[in-house]
Amino acid sequence: MAVKNYLSVLILIAVVVFIQLATKATDTSYYLTQLTMTGYYSLVIIGLCLVMGYAGQISLGHAGFFAIGGYTSGALTTYNLTLLLEQGNGLVSFLSDKGLLISTLDLYGEAVLYVNPWLAAILAVILTACIAFFIGIPVLKLKGHYLAMATLGFGIIIFRVVLATEIFGEADGISEIPGFTLFPGVCINGDFGNRVMNYYIAWGLVLIGVILLLNLIHSRVGRALRAIHGAEDAANAMGVNTSRYKLYTFVISAVFAAVAGIFLTHYNGGIGPSEAGIMKSVRYVAIVAIGGMACMWGALTMGVLLNFMSLRGMFGSYDDAVFGAIMIIIMLFAPNGLLNLPVWQKISKSIAGKEKG
Amino acid sequence: MTTELFTQYLFAGITYGIIYAIVAIGFNIIYNTTGIINFAQGEFVMLGGMISISLNPLMPLPLAIGFAVLLTTLIGALIEMIFIRWLVHPSVLRMIIITIGISILIREVALHIWGEGVRSLPYFYGNEISSINILGTHVSPQVLWVVGICSVIVALLSLFFKFTPLGQEMRACSANRLAATLCGINAKNMVTLSFMLSAGIGALAGCVVSPITYTQYDCGTGLAIKGFTVAVLGGLGNSMAAVAAGLLLGILEAFSIHIVPLAFQDAISISILLLILFIRPHGLFGSSEAAGLKEF
Amino acid sequence: MALLEIQKLNRRFGGLHAVNNVSFNLDQGMIKAVIGPNGAGKTTLFNLISGNLPANSGSVFFDKQPIHGLKPFQIARCGISRTYQNIKLFPGMTALENVMVGRHVRSKAGFLSGMLNLPSCWSEEKEIRKKSLELLELLDIAEFADTEALSLAFGQQRAVEFARALASEPKILLLDEPAAGLNIYETAEIARLIIKIQNRDITVLLVEHDMSLVMDISDEIVVLSFGEKIAEGLPAEIQKNKEVIQIYLGDDDA
Repeated sequence: MAVKNYLSVLILIAVVVFIQLATKATDTSYYLTQLTMTGYYSLVIIGLCLVMGYAGQISLGHAGFFAIGGYTSGALTTYNLTLLLEQGNGLVSFLSDKGLLISTLDLYGEAVLYVNPWLAAILAVILTACIAFFIGIPVLKLKGHYLAMATLGFGIIIFRVVLATEIFGEADGISEIPGFTLFPGVCINGDFGNRVMNYYIAWGLVLIGVILLLNLIHSRVGRALRAIHGAEDAANAMGVNTSRYKLYTFVISAVFAAVAGIFLTHYNGGIGPSEAGIMKSVRYVAIVAIGGMACMWGALTMGVLLNFMSLRGMFGSYDDAVFGAIMIIIMLFAPNGLLNLPVWQKISKSIAGKEKG
Repeated sequence: MTTELFTQYLFAGITYGIIYAIVAIGFNIIYNTTGIINFAQGEFVMLGGMISISLNPLMPLPLAIGFAVLLTTLIGALIEMIFIRWLVHPSVLRMIIITIGISILIREVALHIWGEGVRSLPYFYGNEISSINILGTHVSPQVLWVVGICSVIVALLSLFFKFTPLGQEMRACSANRLAATLCGINAKNMVTLSFMLSAGIGALAGCVVSPITYTQYDCGTGLAIKGFTVAVLGGLGNSMAAVAAGLLLGILEAFSIHIVPLAFQDAISISILLLILFIRPHGLFGSSEAAGLKEF
Repeated sequence: MALLEIQKLNRRFGGLHAVNNVSFNLDQGMIKAVIGPNGAGKTTLFNLISGNLPANSGSVFFDKQPIHGLKPFQIARCGISRTYQNIKLFPGMTALENVMVGRHVRSKAGFLSGMLNLPSCWSEEKEIRKKSLELLELLDIAEFADTEALSLAFGQQRAVEFARALASEPKILLLDEPAAGLNIYETAEIARLIIKIQNRDITVLLVEHDMSLVMDISDEIVVLSFGEKIAEGLPAEIQKNKEVIQIYLGDDDA
């Protein structure tokens, strides 16, 4: 892969570091909280960008995968296994012997035993991948409106499930989720002291995601995906196993969403049913469309801007309305995304023209 | 299950089912003329209910309903003219996002005008405890209003499309837009008309069902999804089938309360949606070849 | 030796019997043309062979192996490649990239190695790029390698599609009206090209309307009319065949 592709990654790193230093300098370190959350949401968005922009499949249910990741790891790390251990439950004893459980004391000094966040995270990812795989097989045979509705339906089912299940906290969601100690000294949680570290963890994750996806897009598989998006029949005739490629892409994007869900849940210390809601899924799709579907940087930029402003409450009670309005306006006037407007091309051409002449 | 309970479920199913069918027909009318799925369809139902509730204190009920339907019809026309009319060959994704955006906007405006509260129109006849004895069961007279008015809507619509010049022009437009234009039919106006029609029937349905189901700013989304399910179930574009499919879904949902906890009731209609999409996307009454030819 | 055997292939679209009990063989190394008036079912036949359309009944054997019922990508992997009547190049990709996709069956870097950008990918990518450029040079359009494919002139787009189809090193090449929309000079180019391809040991089955091209280069011809095969044989025989003349020129009654 050409060096120039990595150049944009370096710019991203520079911007990330610059912003953190800027907040330190202007004494606005509290922005880091929203910036960290924005980072995790961006992970969902770049995954969705792969599916929508390169494989050409719309998914109105990606919040569902985010929720599966977040809720699974959240539930596993808050469910108190002490009673089961005392009762001699085989699985729990096995896990305990292998050191896969963490035991602490809660606020009242009672013994609490829960699954190690690493194990919980791995299980959550595997669960999401499996669900995405099995849902993907029938869903990806659909096209257009049918695909949109099917994915919307999937998202709603997840929403209903978490809303109605006791272990997922029903309407209140799960709270008091413990921090996730990645390595000794590196912990994901909401403590103010760890703000800067968490900011870099989040954006480090985004960086890894961006690099992986850029690599994929510029590889043989990426070419095949673009071919599928462009002319699926012809891609098939050229030997591309289109259904399998679409499925794998879907699963990868679901895993990205799940990882974001897991990490953000530990960061926030909680998760609620709204994370699985239609509005969240619609937002992800809207941001990808606004940023320009095949332009990962566009989606990333728009995602950061819009999510940050939304999280800071800049839109007040008009949050959803603003998103709705932006969706409409951009799709009416800039259907290929904000960064693909003809005006940019005119500008870049005139700049190039000036250099030549 | 006692006969009384059975009939209760049946009537509940028919009531909700026929409303779903009206929403589905609204989808079909717009889909037939434009190929667009209007995600904001459910909002028309909500608007009909909300506007009539607000107008009711100022005027007799029939007038309130009439004005509500009129206003919603105008809103439908406005939406088409502002957002849709001047688009040239929009892609499916673009239309999906635009109509979802419209649906969100309408919902948010409704939230800011009417608040989060649940409201309803008064019963057309009697009140919430009056009942008529049908087949040994106590049924609210409102149910008869719902079934009656919706049946009239369906009947008038089919007469409109079959016998009136305007209706025939709309059908020509949906069959072959280019040919219709060449015959002198103004296709753009037909599109506006289809939006107006869908909005109007949706609003009327929203008014007539409001006393039973109540109206809330966000009741549109769920209705849209169920309406779409019914439309696909019957075969997209086929309005008669939509009626049958609507009744089917409504009755299935109603009887499912007997087995499934209330919280999962929504999951029933979504599961049916997913099932039909996976197994038979051209619907129960559609043909796969005809569906393959249409460009959704 | 019959490389491709088509036996009693049938395809209906509702009431239309587009391909009606068609059988013929394609021997290794030959150029065979399928001709017939518009609506005779030629492109449908191609779609049946390449797997883009399922047949109602009948079988297709490639090198004695049944390929009817297989998906298009599986048939591509067997070694059958095709071009399209209306050109189906991939939008948003350059000419070179289009051809590189054609090389998909001859390469194997998958999702994991793609994402991790493993060194094994680098050499494979280089090879894909080199082979694809060679094909573009073969077709005299190497200068357009980095141009967006859909912005090229029609004749050049045809050439890119050719290169793409050749990139998989197929044993059989299905050409769907390769001369459509081309003038005499361009058609002559195509004829030379197809002979060149034949010399590379690739068997060619083509659908074509341009009789000069067909008579010029075909070893054998199959004639379809209303979905049925009405004649098969050497070009000279077909030219004299009364039925063939009739379906093209009509009856002498008036």
